[in-house]
Amino acid sequence: MSDFETVAATEDQAARRGVSGEPATPDRIGAPQRARSLAGDAWRDLRRNPIFWVSLALVVLAAAMAAVPSLFTANDPRDCLLSRQHAGPSGGAIFGYDFQGCDVYARAVYGTRASLLVGALAALATGVIALVVGMLAGYFGGWVDAVLSRVIDIVLGIPLLLAAIVLLKRLSTSSDNVRLFAVIFVLAVLGWTTAARVIRSSVITAKEQDYVSAARMLGARNGRIMWRHILPNALAPAIVVLTIALGSFIAAEATLSFLGIGLKAPTISWGQDIDTGRIHMRESATPLIVPSAFLALTVLAFIMLGDAIRDAFDPKLR
Amino acid sequence: MFRFILRRLLQMVLAFFGTTLIVYALMFAGQGDPIQALAGERPVTAAQRAYLTQKYHLDQTGVGGFFYRYLDYVKNLLQGDLGQSLTGRQIGDILQQAWPVTVRLALIALAVAIVFGVTAGVIAGIRRASIFDNSTLVLTLLVLGIPTIVLAPIAQYFLGVKWQLFPPTAGAQPSLYALLLPGIVLGSLSLATALRLTRTSVAENLRADYVRTARSKGLVKRRIVSVHVLRNSLIPVVTFLGVELGNLMSGAIITEGVFNIPGVGFNLFRGIRTEDGPLVVGIVSVLVVVYLVSNLVVDVLYAVLDPRIRYE
Repeated sequence: MSDFETVAATEDQAARRGVSGEPATPDRIGAPQRARSLAGDAWRDLRRNPIFWVSLALVVLAAAMAAVPSLFTANDPRDCLLSRQHAGPSGGAIFGYDFQGCDVYARAVYGTRASLLVGALAALATGVIALVVGMLAGYFGGWVDAVLSRVIDIVLGIPLLLAAIVLLKRLSTSSDNVRLFAVIFVLAVLGWTTAARVIRSSVITAKEQDYVSAARMLGARNGRIMWRHILPNALAPAIVVLTIALGSFIAAEATLSFLGIGLKAPTISWGQDIDTGRIHMRESATPLIVPSAFLALTVLAFIMLGDAIRDAFDPKLR
Repeated sequence: MFRFILRRLLQMVLAFFGTTLIVYALMFAGQGDPIQALAGERPVTAAQRAYLTQKYHLDQTGVGGFFYRYLDYVKNLLQGDLGQSLTGRQIGDILQQAWPVTVRLALIALAVAIVFGVTAGVIAGIRRASIFDNSTLVLTLLVLGIPTIVLAPIAQYFLGVKWQLFPPTAGAQPSLYALLLPGIVLGSLSLATALRLTRTSVAENLRADYVRTARSKGLVKRRIVSVHVLRNSLIPVVTFLGVELGNLMSGAIITEGVFNIPGVGFNLFRGIRTEDGPLVVGIVSVLVVVYLVSNLVVDVLYAVLDPRIRYE
């Protein structure tokens, strides 16, 4: 989970570039003359980056598996027979069967949904919290900024895994959906700080721009300036951070499920399968290796995607 | 400097009360019957109930009673009295036995991070955009992207069970050799971050004005790198490794659980598995304090090493 924090180290450079949904002005005073916009430059770089395409393909594949798992396997992941315990590959089960006699591959495919759901919803919730806090702190400054920044500092000082253990232990007997949303809630409540800092710093940069002064002189109210003029400029760096955060949320969910306090059966999740596979690794290793590979590839895909986009938008890092 | 430490200390006190309040409120307060929760699924006799009610001031109700009991908990925590686990052992004793093992593991992990991470980071920083640099970047991305719950069991399977290069589990009195593989697994994340940090820092400092001055004075490259650049580049790395030491001590839950190392994280791992509420809360409370204090120490250390921080 500390990879989540390393994102923060590079936040400011990404923010200062002011990548925008609005047309970037190529002939801004002081900026080097460019034929293309910054976003266009970034896209040209991205297109030539193989890592970008590989990770994008993996993300699309994972999303497809989460949406329609039956497209990838004909077997039922809950169809388990003890007589098939640790049996080799047969029929549709290309990786054989696990300790309970369930199809290893089918379980890994069906596990994608819970992981992606938790990751995406946690990233979305994180984005909303971070956007509100970062926008208010960055735009109004003064005491609002002081208070919100201290709140960020304090939340950042809480160790994620330990706090999640305490929060989730309370819900050990709740139903499936409650658990799912509890995991999302915990990850969002503890994980929004990095994104909030990124948004805050890009809002501070954006509000000094001439077009904001122009809008203000034309009589635009604070709400309109924030929504129409500052938000589009703060969004690009935030999306990069949230993409990487999505990857680390998936890893965090798997870790919690692995420990036995995240998602529980009958919800299928990679974390649980890795744990049971680990216990029986001496008899058969595929039930450990297959969900591990799925989890690692998915997390890697999101982190590499975010990394590639950031590199493209921030030439200074190269 | 004094103002900085004061502000940082205040922040830590706030975070301490914030986190302990959350831990306390979630674990003890608001439950149907705290005495039954303490006992798990075992029956409680009337005499035990009366004793516990008096001991934990459960007769006081309302918000006032909550804070009364919360302050009790904080007081006990600060005095090192963590109560008993469900198995009847003193949590303080459990921790006392577990710390040396955890510290040894953390030190091995840190040594791995320093020896490989910093060295490779310096080389990558000097030879930027070379094959070495690019391959370390890809490798560190892989390490940062693979969660510990994948890395630890896979390393255990391939290096411990299949090829038998290391002992797959550590056991009660782990030797240094048995701790080596878990140490590498635990340290790999710090290694990757330290490597990237060193690389960026060295590469940035190599472009600094004072390096150009040193070069134009005719100094040899070796001296420029080892004396001028390294000194400045290692400031952020040193502080990062300090934070990491705190993290490693509290963050080894997965690694210690997988490799069966009887440290603090392992006890927490087992406490979660066996639904041992008091043990989990006791360990988490202590680890939160360790985490907060180590962060404080590192921040102050940072301010001492790098004066620019103090005047932000």
